Amino acid sequence: MPSPAHVQSTPGAAVADIAVNDVRVRLRRGVRRKRRSAQRAVVALGLLLPSLAVLALFTYAPIVQVVWDSVHTRRAPGIGASFAGLANYQAILADAAFRNAAINNLIYAVGTVGPSLVIALGFALALARSTQVNNLLRAFFFMPVLIPLVAAASLFLFIFLPNVGLLDFYLGRFLSRPPNWLGDPDVALYSIMALTVWKNAGYYMLFFLAGLQAVPDEAYEAAYLEGATSWQRLWHITLPYLKPTTAFVAVIALINVVTQVDHVFVLTKGGPSDSTNLLLFYVYQQAVESYDIGKAAAGTLVSLAVLVAVTAVSLGTLENAFGGRT
Amino acid sequence: MFLGHRNTVPLALRREIAPRIGQALVRLAALVWLVPILWMLVASLRSQSFGGPGMASLIPDVAPTLRNFVDAWEAADFPRYYLNSVIIVAGILAVQLVTITLAGYAFARLAFPGKQALFYLFLLQLMLVPVVLIVPNLTMAARIGLYDTLAGVMAPYFASAFGTFLMRQTFAAIPRELEDAALVDGASVLQRIRHVYVPLALPAFLAFAIVSVTAHWNEFLWPLMVINSPDKRPLAVGLAAFTRGQEGAQAWGVIAAGTLLVVAPLLVLFVLFQRRFINSFVTSGIK
Repeated sequence: MPSPAHVQSTPGAAVADIAVNDVRVRLRRGVRRKRRSAQRAVVALGLLLPSLAVLALFTYAPIVQVVWDSVHTRRAPGIGASFAGLANYQAILADAAFRNAAINNLIYAVGTVGPSLVIALGFALALARSTQVNNLLRAFFFMPVLIPLVAAASLFLFIFLPNVGLLDFYLGRFLSRPPNWLGDPDVALYSIMALTVWKNAGYYMLFFLAGLQAVPDEAYEAAYLEGATSWQRLWHITLPYLKPTTAFVAVIALINVVTQVDHVFVLTKGGPSDSTNLLLFYVYQQAVESYDIGKAAAGTLVSLAVLVAVTAVSLGTLENAFGGRT
Repeated sequence: MFLGHRNTVPLALRREIAPRIGQALVRLAALVWLVPILWMLVASLRSQSFGGPGMASLIPDVAPTLRNFVDAWEAADFPRYYLNSVIIVAGILAVQLVTITLAGYAFARLAFPGKQALFYLFLLQLMLVPVVLIVPNLTMAARIGLYDTLAGVMAPYFASAFGTFLMRQTFAAIPRELEDAALVDGASVLQRIRHVYVPLALPAFLAFAIVSVTAHWNEFLWPLMVINSPDKRPLAVGLAAFTRGQEGAQAWGVIAAGTLLVVAPLLVLFVLFQRRFINSFVTSGIK
């Protein structure tokens, strides 16, 4: 065995020794780094644990549960479930009430998302400048956002009341025979849509107002010098700049269409003759009124599929729009 | 802040007719938007509370009365509903502030394997909002003994993907040097979060609090599912039952008064802190 002194005496060995040392140091550093990164992972996990525990209980486990429920049937609540394959899905697809709820929800989506967005954009364009009057008007439009949907429904119950209600009292004079706003199956869904637009337009307006702040003044000035009309400016400057905002607001509006049905409970309970039944209300009916957990689960998954599809398609836009804002 | 300060008329908008028509239309629309709220105020103070053709009039009566409020207060247990709503809202917010701070810090400042995947796992909650999962969540609440309890109403919201996202963005914008200084002093992770990050993130916490409180004060469907005993109902659920009862009696003035009792706290806060509310909701985007 060569002594250390002997090794150090030759230049080549000295180089080798330095290399060995270097490797040792690097190894030690590596170990330390690994230990530190393991430590960091433990710390991170500890910090995330409270949130993850809640998410596990009320987001992840319920997903598994709902998938499981959707392929099982129970003859009565509490009795052991048996595997049913796709029977629950077949059952809801064969259920006229479900098909009806899905179609209603589609009409409801088209009839609320489009108009709310157009109205919100109109409000934002008109109120873009921050003056005292405009701030007051913005506040007026925003107020319905803070009113619970149930409370709004309580108010609209009277607004839509035949003969003595607000609509008939003020508008009835202009109509020879005002419709029964909530009692006529052909009209009720549209009445509910009006409430939704009233409630949400002010919320969406905020995003358009924020979006308008990002349109550079220079673009308008240039268009003005080019002699563009106000419509041309709207089409060629304002709207293109607002594209990400619009996509973002549309996603929020679509999520609301699937997740907010509180007003149906107060105003119509899905009627008359199921004309205002929406998907989530159908799910509620199946679970709470018919105790049919299997059908409720299948209905939930169909709603979820719609939600996930809508959100997934727009996730990229959503991230961009949000990232740019904060 | 976002909503701003363009006080001069942009050159491009001067001497134009279209904007003026827009202004006129938007003022008209504002009136229409106010009608339900105005009616609520007027009708709640109106003496002839049982129907009648004048019930819809928006012109206040000469002799206002508080009779409707007295009737509403007696017809439903509003003090109890208020208490329940306050407990629920405060409980949810208190726990959320802790969970989103810890998770937000982890995502903003720590590097660890699987971070990206975990972050997406969090964001999943934005899509799978608890409302859609009412049925399986109810099973879960029953399984862990939270059925018909206020804790059951709160539990699904103890974690918030939106809040975590918001805190991640906020913490990431705070200079690292501040934390390094505390690190040199030997501060632990929790101490660093508590004394370096939290004090600098107060505006974000406030924005989150406004959105969270509004959302849960107004929530209806989930509490309706979880709560069975009438004395555990929060305001929104209580109001729905109350409205159903008074609708049969055609007591529209009483309904207006009851509704006003429910919406008043948030509307008053909004009038007082308008700008804060509006800025919070712009940040909210995703609830």
